[in-house]
Amino acid sequence: MAFDDAYSALTDHDDDARWAYGTGFSDPLASVPSSVPADVDGADLSLYCLMLGDDALILSHRLQEWVTRAPELEDELALANIALDLLGQARLLLSRAGVASGASSLAAVEDVLAFGRDAAEFRNVRLAERSDADFACLVGRLLVMVTWRLAAFDRLASSRDPMLAAIAAKGVKELTYHRDYAAQWVVRLGDGTALSHSRMAAAMAELLPLTGELFATHPVEARLAVAGVAVEPVSLRAEFDGVMAQVLEAATLDPVLPGPPVAASGEGAGRDGVHGPELDEILREMQSVARAVPGGVW
Amino acid sequence: MTDFALFDQAIARDQRIEPADEMPERYRSTMIRQIAQHAHSEIIGMQPEGEWITRAPTLRRKAILLAKVQDEAGHGLYLYSAAETLGADRGDLTQRLIEGRQKYSSIFNYPTLSFADVGVIGWLVDGAAICNQVPLCRSSYGPYARAMIRICKEESFHQRQGYELLLTMMSGTAAQRDMVQDAVDRWWWPSLMMFGPPDADSPNTAQSMAWKIKRHTNDELRQRFVDMSVPQAAELGVTLPDPELAWNASRDHYDFGQPDWDELRRVISGGGAMNEQRIARRRQADTDGAWVREAAAAHAAKNLEVAR
Repeated sequence: MAFDDAYSALTDHDDDARWAYGTGFSDPLASVPSSVPADVDGADLSLYCLMLGDDALILSHRLQEWVTRAPELEDELALANIALDLLGQARLLLSRAGVASGASSLAAVEDVLAFGRDAAEFRNVRLAERSDADFACLVGRLLVMVTWRLAAFDRLASSRDPMLAAIAAKGVKELTYHRDYAAQWVVRLGDGTALSHSRMAAAMAELLPLTGELFATHPVEARLAVAGVAVEPVSLRAEFDGVMAQVLEAATLDPVLPGPPVAASGEGAGRDGVHGPELDEILREMQSVARAVPGGVW
Repeated sequence: MTDFALFDQAIARDQRIEPADEMPERYRSTMIRQIAQHAHSEIIGMQPEGEWITRAPTLRRKAILLAKVQDEAGHGLYLYSAAETLGADRGDLTQRLIEGRQKYSSIFNYPTLSFADVGVIGWLVDGAAICNQVPLCRSSYGPYARAMIRICKEESFHQRQGYELLLTMMSGTAAQRDMVQDAVDRWWWPSLMMFGPPDADSPNTAQSMAWKIKRHTNDELRQRFVDMSVPQAAELGVTLPDPELAWNASRDHYDFGQPDWDELRRVISGGGAMNEQRIARRRQADTDGAWVREAAAAHAAKNLEVAR
């Protein structure tokens, strides 16, 4: 690099790889066929992509709230990075949901879905929308959600929907890092000081009973699993339990079993659009600018 | 020959001073202060725009903004590391910041009132930062100069993204165009102040230029920024809020009015709209995170014990 001529160093054009959005940016999924396989129900696929996309969008929002208040600069970077990865997954999945439901305007479909829906139309699990009382809750919830998600994406990488398979394959690499980051912090806090141990134990005791919702099978998941498109969440249970047991043991924390699956429909499940007041708060914030300027372009 | 003959020789030959080289104590302390203030500015500078990440009106803008704020945290990290090569300690520098004993750029003590501010900060504030920092890629202190090359590349990318947001908004509704103009009106003068007081009131400039840790005077850099920004404003379709702004063919530069220097002094000494809030947020993060850092240290110590 030309250290002595800073101006020419600034105009080097041979290092696009270092940019997050380099000048040579191209859609990594451009070559993946976007049509929905003939025997797959588009409405089901759309709803399934919303479930996975909304989990990522809402969890990303909760991580974004930690930017500028993390315990160390390294964690500012890591949390922003994870939030960015999840946001990227959400964008691809919302776009896929739009295509599968036959949306006409593809360019803006992710924004129509993110900013145009009300809480009852969001399909994320309620675990995603909880606010974090402290850093132990943050890393505990992250561990739970990305452990489930990594197990799911690992399977979805061979989904019969080629776009979902490509999105999942890309996500596996990201989620592997997310799980490692979260697990390391759960171990540090569990094993660290008496105070951090009690906070981490309290966080896990509060979180794990809420994980039942992740393993309840929604009718859409059941139908798409038969079609080879989706994964039955109950089949992820063994991997999830194994990872959690290993991390909790290393963290010197008591193993806490996940709660029983909540009923798939009707009884307060996020997958059916039933949410707590915390999702309303998130959406009021997230959608405030987009909704305040009708017809705005950004 | 002085005590620092090699240092003087290196400066005279435009060579780099490296961490292990002997250097005058005043050079070392000045560099630590300069780099630390720059690092603090990156970290505090995450806040004004960071407030808009959760509210960004499209997912693409949200991703761009999140990536930008993440870059700023990264810049803070490289810069604290550069300061540590001179014997400073990051924890100590952070304490100085949150106790108000070390400064950061006064620009971040202004509030961000609309999403257009995100674009204007990219265009004008990052633009001014680039004008200030590109010459620092040739700073005599090696680690700082090298960090600055990467930082300037990323800043130039942020500037283009900010400007592109504004161009898009200007093609939108009348309300959006008004938001952009309002943001330009509020950020133009504070951006000019980023270059520091006029040369006549900048007592440290001469020594810094002799040590080659500053390459141009405040007024030279301010002029360069104005000359760069005026055509960009015209292209955008906004008015810069300075009635004295006019092309001067005899100088081959734009003439422009003077910012309110009393305001700069007031903001630097803590009287800006957001000074207290910016520091309070950082202090809160430090306090809230103390138990986490203690736990990490305790866990690492136990592992070390086991390894023995």
